[in-house]
Amino acid sequence: MAAAVRAIGSLTRFTAAAKYCPPRRAGLPGYACRNVASSSSLQARTHVNYDVKGDVAVVRFNSPDSKVNTLSKQLQSEFTEVMNEIWANEAVKSAVLISAKQGCFIAGADINMIESCKTTQEVTQLSQEGQKMFEKLEKSPKPIVAAISGSCLGGGLEVAISCQYRVATKDKKTVLGTPEVLLGLLPGAGGTQRLPKLVGLPAAFDMMLTGKNIRADRAKRMGLVDQLVDPLGPGTKSPEERTIEYLEEVAIGFARGLANKTVSHKREKGLVQKLTDYALAIPFVRQQIYKTVEKRVQKQTKGLYPAPLKIIEVVKTGLEQGSEAGYLSESQKFGELAMTAESKALTGLYHGQVQCKKNKFGAPKQEVKTLAVLGAGLMGAGIAQVSVDKGLTTILKDTTLEGLGKGQQQVFKGLNDKVKKKNLTSFERDTILSNMTGQLDYKGFDKADMVIEAVFEDLSIKHKVLKEVEAVVPPHCIFASNTSALPISQIAAASKRPEKVIGMHYFSPVDKMQLLEIITTDKTSQDTAASAVAVGLKQGKIIIVVKDGPGFYTTRCLGPMLAEVVRVLQEGFDPRKVDALSTGFGFPVGAATLIDEVGVDVAAHVAEDLGKAFGQRFGGGNVELLKRMVEKGFLGRKSGKGFYVYQQGVKNRSVNSSMDEILAQFKVPSRPEVCTDEDIQLRLVTRFVNEAAMCLQEGILSNPVEGDMGAVFGLGFPPCLGGPFRYADSLGAKQLVDKLRKYEAVYGNQFTPCQLLLDHANDASKKFHH
Amino acid sequence: MTSMLSRAIRSLPATSTWAVRFSARSFSCSPLSHAAVQPKSKKTLAKNGVKNIVVVDGVRIPFLQSGTSYADLMPHDLARASLQGLLNRTNVPKEVVDYIVYGTVIQEVKTSNVAREAALGAGFSDKTPAHTVTMACISSNQAMTTGVGLIASGQCDVVVAGGVELMSDVPIRHSRKMRKTLLSLNRAKTLGQRLALFAKIRPDYFAPELPAVAEFSTSETMGHSADRLAAAFAISRVEQDEYALRSHTLARKAQDEGLLTDVVPFKVPGKDMVIKDNGVRPSSMEQMGKLKAAFVKPYGTVTAANSSFLTDGASAVLIMSEEKALAMGYKPKAYLRDFVYVSQDPKDQLLLGPTYGTPKVLERAGLTLADIDVFEFHEAFAGQILANLKAMDSDWFAQNYMGRKSKVGAPPLEKFNKWGGSLSLGHPFGATGCRLVMTAAHRLKKEGGQYGVVAACAAGGQGHAMIVELYPQ
Repeated sequence: MAAAVRAIGSLTRFTAAAKYCPPRRAGLPGYACRNVASSSSLQARTHVNYDVKGDVAVVRFNSPDSKVNTLSKQLQSEFTEVMNEIWANEAVKSAVLISAKQGCFIAGADINMIESCKTTQEVTQLSQEGQKMFEKLEKSPKPIVAAISGSCLGGGLEVAISCQYRVATKDKKTVLGTPEVLLGLLPGAGGTQRLPKLVGLPAAFDMMLTGKNIRADRAKRMGLVDQLVDPLGPGTKSPEERTIEYLEEVAIGFARGLANKTVSHKREKGLVQKLTDYALAIPFVRQQIYKTVEKRVQKQTKGLYPAPLKIIEVVKTGLEQGSEAGYLSESQKFGELAMTAESKALTGLYHGQVQCKKNKFGAPKQEVKTLAVLGAGLMGAGIAQVSVDKGLTTILKDTTLEGLGKGQQQVFKGLNDKVKKKNLTSFERDTILSNMTGQLDYKGFDKADMVIEAVFEDLSIKHKVLKEVEAVVPPHCIFASNTSALPISQIAAASKRPEKVIGMHYFSPVDKMQLLEIITTDKTSQDTAASAVAVGLKQGKIIIVVKDGPGFYTTRCLGPMLAEVVRVLQEGFDPRKVDALSTGFGFPVGAATLIDEVGVDVAAHVAEDLGKAFGQRFGGGNVELLKRMVEKGFLGRKSGKGFYVYQQGVKNRSVNSSMDEILAQFKVPSRPEVCTDEDIQLRLVTRFVNEAAMCLQEGILSNPVEGDMGAVFGLGFPPCLGGPFRYADSLGAKQLVDKLRKYEAVYGNQFTPCQLLLDHANDASKKFHH
Repeated sequence: MTSMLSRAIRSLPATSTWAVRFSARSFSCSPLSHAAVQPKSKKTLAKNGVKNIVVVDGVRIPFLQSGTSYADLMPHDLARASLQGLLNRTNVPKEVVDYIVYGTVIQEVKTSNVAREAALGAGFSDKTPAHTVTMACISSNQAMTTGVGLIASGQCDVVVAGGVELMSDVPIRHSRKMRKTLLSLNRAKTLGQRLALFAKIRPDYFAPELPAVAEFSTSETMGHSADRLAAAFAISRVEQDEYALRSHTLARKAQDEGLLTDVVPFKVPGKDMVIKDNGVRPSSMEQMGKLKAAFVKPYGTVTAANSSFLTDGASAVLIMSEEKALAMGYKPKAYLRDFVYVSQDPKDQLLLGPTYGTPKVLERAGLTLADIDVFEFHEAFAGQILANLKAMDSDWFAQNYMGRKSKVGAPPLEKFNKWGGSLSLGHPFGATGCRLVMTAAHRLKKEGGQYGVVAACAAGGQGHAMIVELYPQ
């Protein structure tokens, strides 16, 4: 016995050694090691291992050199091997699946594995292999319990729901979901077939069509998991370590109970559930559900996203024609979807997100712990909220008690809404808020590591606060300006230490919008940039870092598009029509509505500034129209009137009829040769894309990925197109240039394609993304 | 067999540290005290310039499961009975008492200063001020140390401290909406306004608000937290049941041998004389094993049988400066020496007060665990006690959570709660502290020890520990 233990001990040591040797060799070193390992009778597995505790096998997932487990080919093949051994081992009566990593059960399938497939058939085959494996889990004669702690997403969830029983830790990190739809895919390893049976049709549709994460307590209520385990505090081990152990112990208990039939995996259904099940047994009711869901999807996606529709189709096939047809359909549609441009665009965004969640400047010398925000308006309060709830000590300063009060109320409301949604307890909310002070003076600024100003967009005011701040802050303190258009170098001109000045352009509402555009000037130091990115990441933002210039990147791209919107309106198109065309193209918010949301005054201001900086290219629509609106008090949503009339509690807003007069005054004749629906859409989008390309050409952007991320997450560029650069690639630069030339012929140099696009058009091998 | 073995192993390092301590001390101490350092005649803990404070005597009325004989009384009735019991036991002249402090947790709103109401009813002088303190399960500890503070600072010479809890009756309130409506009703002037307010009342206004033994900050019930704590320290159901059984068995033995001399009988109006605690029920492992988990369902380990039960009861002690006690001709039972209050994370370490408090109080007093002859710890849950013992015996825990270099060590069970504890005798939240002190004093005398440690955990993640020294015989 002792000898055996020692043998196993040395084996694990060998495995550990094998795990660490690959990085030292070039090429495909993992294979070399594995060959050696598997040649002995005891395999050294690197992704999955198991041990037997009494009559229960505990299978542990542990992808090497990674924070998360993914269903890679190797993990799958090792998992299959392990399960075959367990099924063959008569001493084992049941099994527990668990992750050796804290914070992740299985985060999903390996995206690279799917991306490397060249054909639909290859992807379909991947799906079928997964289906086969999971079917064996489902039909396992020995009960299998999934012990879930951390993310259990996509393929991970499909593993879990193939098991007979699920136990999950009731931790904030534990989330279950099917995010495939967000990548333009569908749950391709039996998920579309099993989920409706487990949680019911409506809930399954909700999960698969939104891809949202479900927390453990909700999963329990839905029947997605059978038992919850509360996270533990410290014992004689760290809380995390002990919680995982405890989860395993509890799961083993249930596995044993299932094997000896003292635990039943059938859960008791409530009355509502019983009634729903009864109703869903009627084919007519099911048909109605399919129809309703389909209609809603059509409405929301405008038919631009194929995945949700395929999900409905596959679920329907399974329920109406039996599971065999369902599984077949699932794998085929999975293959088809993987090859769509939409899926590639969305996957590109996923990779972009990963890239934009890293600090390319490295760790800053001094971590920002105390942050001061100047100006308690919508932006300032929003910035304060996302900072204080991440643990930064936050000072919110305004100049008036009234403004400060509003800002503090906004932060309170933001956090209180989380309490209402049970994301926070009221006690946590209070503790968080205790880290924020609201004030009218500069008290405590001597301890500030960073000051973000969000005061009125006026250079002289910005200069004034910059000087005031520099008089009171310590030497290391960074001054960040939240401006959407004022060049940072102009703001920094008033600074005694321009190396500490940087731009941090947030998007409104700050707590909802994921993007942060960071702007560096020639004088901004690397360390300042590193600090700003670190703070942004802490605030949970996706970050792009761009060079200084009028409008930076995002505002600059938006400028020409909004100018074109104004022109289209001047040409006599109804705001509703303009909105419908832009949302029809995939923009989440209609272009006319966007001006109202941004604020007509802000739009006018920016248009004028950028017009001055860039001249004719930013022309098109007449800025005077916007100015007229400002004079009339039509500032957009904030003043209740803009292109539309906004009333509290009224959902279907009406067009602002007082605008007719202004629009008539600025009316220009429309040009029928470029006024089809498609032309109007393209006029808006091509100007956007052209300007984005120019930003890359001029070095404002450092790479196309950040350009795509900024456009999608900051400006709502259609995610299904993946951003302006991916769109240029997929449409073809040649096509794009042709269109631009067509509009140039009518409108002049606002549509003149930039050199970079021309280069790409002339050489088909040139792509922004590879 | 195995437990015996492990005990033998555990006592081994304890003796060796003892030896080390002695040798170390003999080098550092002056020749005078050197002679005093002998086993079984350890130094006393008197400090220069600090008054010696003694507990003359203490009593408690029998602790009863809530809903039994005390069910129809009010909290101040119980407190009154304990005060009268103390008067009878000590014959202290009422006018000598300078101050009265009581601890309580769930307050009866009519008698929010229950100390005063009880004192008046017990016939104390209406010139003796009284106040009530609250600190969850260590409320009467707080009452006693408040008294110690008053004496030490020279404000008082004689203080009565005690605690009371009546779980048979707790304030159940109207919902906030209903309360708001009723309060507005006070301000309504016309019939029309009143009717308008009545018209606002909806069925959900009638839903009552019940108090729960739950943390306000985390909304977690204490039992749930105890179950997690037990799990965190990997304490099994069997271990917990065994410990609970031990508590009940020892309590029954102490009852039968007449050791619980702090109990005074209480004639409840309209009912029989209550003479002893009624929650002591030694059961069997089989029977206890049948119970289902009470908090973490279905797989938890904390059950009704290995938790303390809801209890009614009251206690009181007479505290004086040593000089005063001697001048009045008393033979005190014990000195109240160093004490500490500690607090920690109310979520994951809610019930670890003794772990934090014990080493701290020992350090204050310049003692080690081996110097202690009697341990009286409050038993909220068997799992909680066992978790504390494990935590105190863990270097990892001491280093990572308590900022200490090493563990303090676990108290040996042969010195630990030998006359039962809160699990078996009951736990009237506000009254337990005085019971612990008196039991420690009585055990020191009976067992021939010198120092005792009293420790308890409390809601809010707080804790208390105090050194009780036997008064020289």
